[in-house]
Amino acid sequence: MAENNIGPKRLVVGAHYGLRDWLAQRVTAIIMAVYTLILLVRFLLAKNISYEGWVGIFSEQWFRLATLVVFLALFYHAWVGVRDIWMDYIKPVALRLFLQVATIVWLVACAFWAVQILWRV
Amino acid sequence: MPEANRPQFRNIHVSDLASYRLPLAGFVSILHRISGLLLFVLLPFILYLLDSSLRSSGTFLYLQEFVKNPLVKLMILALSWAYLHHFCAGVRHLFMDRHLGLDKHSAKNSAVGVFVVSIPLAGLIALKLFGVI
Repeated sequence: MAENNIGPKRLVVGAHYGLRDWLAQRVTAIIMAVYTLILLVRFLLAKNISYEGWVGIFSEQWFRLATLVVFLALFYHAWVGVRDIWMDYIKPVALRLFLQVATIVWLVACAFWAVQILWRV
Repeated sequence: MPEANRPQFRNIHVSDLASYRLPLAGFVSILHRISGLLLFVLLPFILYLLDSSLRSSGTFLYLQEFVKNPLVKLMILALSWAYLHHFCAGVRHLFMDRHLGLDKHSAKNSAVGVFVVSIPLAGLIALKLFGVI
């Protein structure tokens, strides 16, 4: 065993899924934060938020795609966070597995709902 | 067996929560988790709001009436607070990932900063929602 295996000298072993989720959670967070600022600016710059004005923002293809990407980022982010909660507090394996599968099913369904909402405009 | 007499330190039990005094950064942390779970639970509500606001001018008008319900206003307020807290605590987390502000003093200051930004903004939204401003 290495004497000083902390920090950058740490011996990394295993499947790396901890690091992957950690990084994914941060990358998706930055994507959502940037989008939040863009949406906020567009909302505040809009003269009046009538139905036409609001739909106008979402009828541009680039903004629709950006919104969908943010939703997908949100769902991945939520998966990492909610799974952490189940792993921390739900000890019975069967119940935990059920909740984890239910979370995935629910988030995938939400993703298709988001597509429907955005492309019906 | 000497092991038998050794005190065991396990995770705290739910019943210990009342007697544990968290530092301010601890409140930011647990509220980060609670606000995240709240946002996850309110996800169908968020999608429903977006759906009705975009579907047609009819559903948009219906939504304008729907959000006048005080219960809906409270849900929007809960949503807004959860987003604000989660956002600010998340930004704080990103700085700490860069090893910035890790010492006790600055960690406390940034925890104060999270509350100083998120609570007044949530308060402004509450005033706006309930028609005070």
